[in-house]
Amino acid sequence: MLAMNYRGPYRVRAEQKSAPYIEHPGDAIIRVNRACICGSDLHLYHGLVPDTRVGTTFGHEFTGVVEEVGSSVEKLKVGDQVLVPFNVFCGACYFCQRELYSNCHNVNPEASAIGGIYGYSHSTGGYDGGQAEYVRVPMADVGPTVIPADLDLDDAVLLTDAYPTGYQAAEMGDIEEGETVVVFGAGPVGIFAAKSAWLLGAGRVIVVDHVDYRLEFVKNFAQCETVNFKEVDDMALHIKKMTDWMGADVCIDAVGCEAAGNFAQSLTGIKLKLQGGSATVLHWCINSVRKGGKVSIVGVYGPTFNAIPIGNAVNKGLTLRMNQASVKRHLPRLIEHIQAGRIKPSEVITHRMPLEEVADAYHMFSSKLDNCIKTVLVPPRAMAST
Amino acid sequence: MDTTTNTPEKTREVPARFAHIKGWGADLDHAMRPAYPMERMPARLEGDHSHPPVQQAQTVEILQSIERPSITPIFGTPQPPSGISGMLRRAAFGYSESDLRHWLMLLFADRVNMVEGLGADLMRGHVPNLFAEMGGKAEFKYNRQAAIQKAVVVSAVVGLGLLLWSQSKGRESDRRHHRHSGRHLHGRY
Repeated sequence: MLAMNYRGPYRVRAEQKSAPYIEHPGDAIIRVNRACICGSDLHLYHGLVPDTRVGTTFGHEFTGVVEEVGSSVEKLKVGDQVLVPFNVFCGACYFCQRELYSNCHNVNPEASAIGGIYGYSHSTGGYDGGQAEYVRVPMADVGPTVIPADLDLDDAVLLTDAYPTGYQAAEMGDIEEGETVVVFGAGPVGIFAAKSAWLLGAGRVIVVDHVDYRLEFVKNFAQCETVNFKEVDDMALHIKKMTDWMGADVCIDAVGCEAAGNFAQSLTGIKLKLQGGSATVLHWCINSVRKGGKVSIVGVYGPTFNAIPIGNAVNKGLTLRMNQASVKRHLPRLIEHIQAGRIKPSEVITHRMPLEEVADAYHMFSSKLDNCIKTVLVPPRAMAST
Repeated sequence: MDTTTNTPEKTREVPARFAHIKGWGADLDHAMRPAYPMERMPARLEGDHSHPPVQQAQTVEILQSIERPSITPIFGTPQPPSGISGMLRRAAFGYSESDLRHWLMLLFADRVNMVEGLGADLMRGHVPNLFAEMGGKAEFKYNRQAAIQKAVVVSAVVGLGLLLWSQSKGRESDRRHHRHSGRHLHGRY
């Protein structure tokens, strides 16, 4: 089958490799028809995630058709059109029983702190991802969700990660009516966090980034205020001035370990890898939020450590909340939001490219070429049928 | 999930200043928020999930965190550890996840693995097209000026390198010639 193949930092190609097969009675094999490139895939692409092995196929945002099921699979049927949450999870462990599916303890032998994720290095379980014609999906009766007939496939694929992660970012901010929410990052997750903040009753939403075309997009998509941090001397001071010197009620980090904006952080966190990525946005969140405020983190950081102003967080009495999204628990409500016309996630898709052009797709997304916000890869067979 | 409750959106209690925002306050009530409370029991999953999954058969080498008592019931099998990078990864898994050496060794193994990948390509007669693999076509199409600048810089660096190499080779050849001539002269006298 044709699949994306990682060859080293900034090097990927589409190449034939062995098709996956049923390895466990709970498995399914999915024939992929949509696979997005996620912003967090760029951390892999840039060589920042430990134990990213050459030959790995990335891709944790995908939809497809059930091609084959294992002997113990009961609910999923061959031919079902499904969206697959990016989390691999068992449904039975201590954490899954509490709906903390992203923290499942039964799917990642290589680490105890991280759950299982498709196509996201061996640090998250060593599963191949969905940027391929076929993918193995473990625990098929637990993870995948059959796509409702009235749901567009492009909306469905954004329900596998980007939209639920953005929603959860806002939700972890525990937004109360009328509160001011600052979202750092105008990538797809930040865009969905800004939109979700309104659904949760925010009174004011401000998005911060340095890429003008993304700020322009989010201003229209989420009807929010925007700030280009390159036009600001001191981010925390700027937010204080915008909020009557109090600070925001909620700050959301939707950027993670490759944040720009601070030379020392970028040098030590990205270039020299002396910390688990650049913690610039964590600094901004902690220092821009009001006393007693809430900081919500969905940006991805490395597993080592980061230099952050934890003393300020203590002195301000902040609540810090963070996690990978537990996609499955969000799906029913988020599908309702789409069906009710409150949001149209597929509007963030700017590029649709054949899987064969995966190298160009990654480079365009990484370098923000051609006003790229979200790219969908389509395997050859699915491309022929669209 | 019940969506018929009295959300501001449903009861037209949306403040005028938010009237232009479709869906404002639809999830203002915490009961409408799908991940509230954070730890929610029982989980809203269909079917019986009271037992852990049966153990997946281990057909390839799987490295295991020493912070776990045993291998997990489910795991991925692609790209098992191999070669020098595999040796480094095995050594890394001798340390816990809270030990920096674990992660630094894995990152180093990744770089070694990249070189192994190049070697494996060449061994099977495939010369990797680095231009294509690094998205050169897209760079040239959408960022032409920068692509040309990069091409000029790379060409200049490679050209300079070749020039210095050829010059040093020439000097080495001259030195060898002189040494050889010297020995010859010593031998003569």
